[in-house]
Amino acid sequence: MSIKIDKVTKKFGNFFAVDNVSLTVPDGTLLALLGPSGSGKTTLLRIIAGLEVADSGSVIREGEDITLQSARDRKIGFVFQHYALFRHMTVEENIGYGLRVRKRPKALIKERVDELLKLIRLDALGKRYPAQLSGGQRQRVALARALAAEPRVLLLDEPFGALDAKVRQELRVWLRKLHQEIHVTSVFVTHDQEEAFEVADRVVVMNQGRVEQYGTPAEVFERPANPFVMDFLGNVNVFHGRVEQGKAVVAGAELAVTDPHPDAPAAAVYVRPHEVVIQHQQSGNASLSAKVLHVNPAGSRVKVELRATESEQLINAELTSERYEELGLKSGDEVYVSASRVRVFTGDYVI
Amino acid sequence: MSAEAFVPAPVAPAVAPSPPKVPASFANPRVDPRWVRWTLTAATLLVVGVLVVIPVVNIFYEALKEGVRVYWDNLVADPDTRHSILLTATVVPIALVANIVFGVAAAWAIARFNFSGRTLLTALIDLPFSVSPVVAGLMFVLIFGLQGYLGPFLREDGYSVMPYLTSLIGLFVLIVLYFLLRPSSPTARRGIWKGPAWLVVPTASVVLFAVSVFIQKRLGLWPQGESLKIIFATPGLVLATSFVTFPFVARELIPIMEAVGADEELAAINLGANGWQMFWHITAPNIKWGLVYGIILCNARAIGEFGAVYVVSGHIAGQTDTMPLRIEKLFQEYNLPGCFAVASVLTLLAIFTLIAKTQLERKMPSVVHEPTGEGGK
Repeated sequence: MSIKIDKVTKKFGNFFAVDNVSLTVPDGTLLALLGPSGSGKTTLLRIIAGLEVADSGSVIREGEDITLQSARDRKIGFVFQHYALFRHMTVEENIGYGLRVRKRPKALIKERVDELLKLIRLDALGKRYPAQLSGGQRQRVALARALAAEPRVLLLDEPFGALDAKVRQELRVWLRKLHQEIHVTSVFVTHDQEEAFEVADRVVVMNQGRVEQYGTPAEVFERPANPFVMDFLGNVNVFHGRVEQGKAVVAGAELAVTDPHPDAPAAAVYVRPHEVVIQHQQSGNASLSAKVLHVNPAGSRVKVELRATESEQLINAELTSERYEELGLKSGDEVYVSASRVRVFTGDYVI
Repeated sequence: MSAEAFVPAPVAPAVAPSPPKVPASFANPRVDPRWVRWTLTAATLLVVGVLVVIPVVNIFYEALKEGVRVYWDNLVADPDTRHSILLTATVVPIALVANIVFGVAAAWAIARFNFSGRTLLTALIDLPFSVSPVVAGLMFVLIFGLQGYLGPFLREDGYSVMPYLTSLIGLFVLIVLYFLLRPSSPTARRGIWKGPAWLVVPTASVVLFAVSVFIQKRLGLWPQGESLKIIFATPGLVLATSFVTFPFVARELIPIMEAVGADEELAAINLGANGWQMFWHITAPNIKWGLVYGIILCNARAIGEFGAVYVVSGHIAGQTDTMPLRIEKLFQEYNLPGCFAVASVLTLLAIFTLIAKTQLERKMPSVVHEPTGEGGK
């Protein structure tokens, strides 16, 4: 079941929570709505589920306009951020609730509940109450409850938000596998870019109620559409310079721009930490001189903090440990910095 | 504590070592000197004893002074006393039911929706707490009493409003049922739900209202040309009692509903429950202890209500005297054993209320403060 959102707007007072958003979720995809808090992603999700009513625009499911349908007729499963499990019902009753209110026969409910309990690997805990489960278990019960009524679309609101790092990692892998098995069109909301890239087939980056970029994780990561996306997707070095003959000129150094860009008198030049190249020798015009301030060799990649000699700008770099050993860096060293990959955005580069 | 606390404990390897003793001065640095603790405790006990325990015990002592037989006679032999107990047993349940329905509806509206006038409604719910009960009673006398706005009309032909009133109430219930039971998806609507609501509801309302009024008038269900008594009669007592106990249920429910949140209800809707199912499966179990708590408080206040009822009842023995009014009258008549006998019944009810309230308070926090979000193993 594909979902199409057409020019949806939702205001809370004078605040545009969702501002004229159009979006298509193709059948069978797992899509991530990614954005900072307050960017309207949860509101958009609730509008799709019918838990919130849009001020204008429409929601279309497989060609059928469901904007005016009530939440209970939409057959869209929803997993709440804090699970919203029915606290006075056991795990089994929770999972079977969607079938119970639709008056399915008892035997069928039992069968389906058992099947789902196996799927979420909680077969032994069916008689427990939600308060007796851990966070990760509650999350899985909430998911099973949403899946029990065989929804055509599954929506998850910050599914791993309230869990600790290890459980979160496990559940991500599990959700990915689950999606491959049952293949229901799914949308999940997250503010964690790593999570979005790891789990989703498609990523939508939102900011201030608008869609900033839509694409596969690789597209969004490799070709951010604008400075916001570039900045949101993680640590990035921003230099202010200009573009001349296809090269970004930053503090005297000329860096080759990866994607062709017309000349501009003022531009923001973005270099990700892992794309920063550190050398001991100057390589012509294409590098800046800098001083190593701090080296942090813990972790799989070595983090180096530098300061450009001329502009006094701080630069973050990440090296592989092999490269780090080869260079033998220590704080106080004078080095030359260039970039393996440079992106340039002109216009309003206010972050 | 004692002197040996300052003596180092002797080391005796053969005997199991006793737990190390802590000098009294270090036992608990947060504890005040003993004389402060003792004085405060004694003062509290004295106040509670003089103001609460002795008077309450005295009620039972006075009531049972002349034996259980006399006590029983005092309660049931006097027809006026008997009637006062029956009257209280009639008025209180009616007021209670009205306030439960109103309280749940108001709490629902206030906790779940954001509408203009929400703050005003919250403030108005508290009004009966701040208005003196005597003023509340007077208010009703001024509206329904002989000299009140509606007085002359009610005296002349009061029952003539009854066909309209009953039809309106019936109609209201039907309209609520219509929307509650209406299938939400347009394709599933059959019969009376088929047409658009804005057309069906007004048309059907007008027709049903006219038919109902016509039938009631034709059959002469209600007496004509007779005075409908509200003040100095049971309806007035119900009105006054309901008004005074109005806030209890709603006030208990609003914080609970706000603490539980709307997510579970939305989850139920999302899973396909209709409004009726959502209320009975999700909302009701979540608020049930708060509701019972509110009902108990409301009940206790309704039974004991004196001021407002005093004004509207007119003190007609055997007709409009509720239990508290009866106690006052027996006291004025120097019938002390009778007075204390009725008082002991009210006191017993109060004690039961207290016990039930304490039991419920133990249950309530688990409803409100249960963690729903993150949780450890």
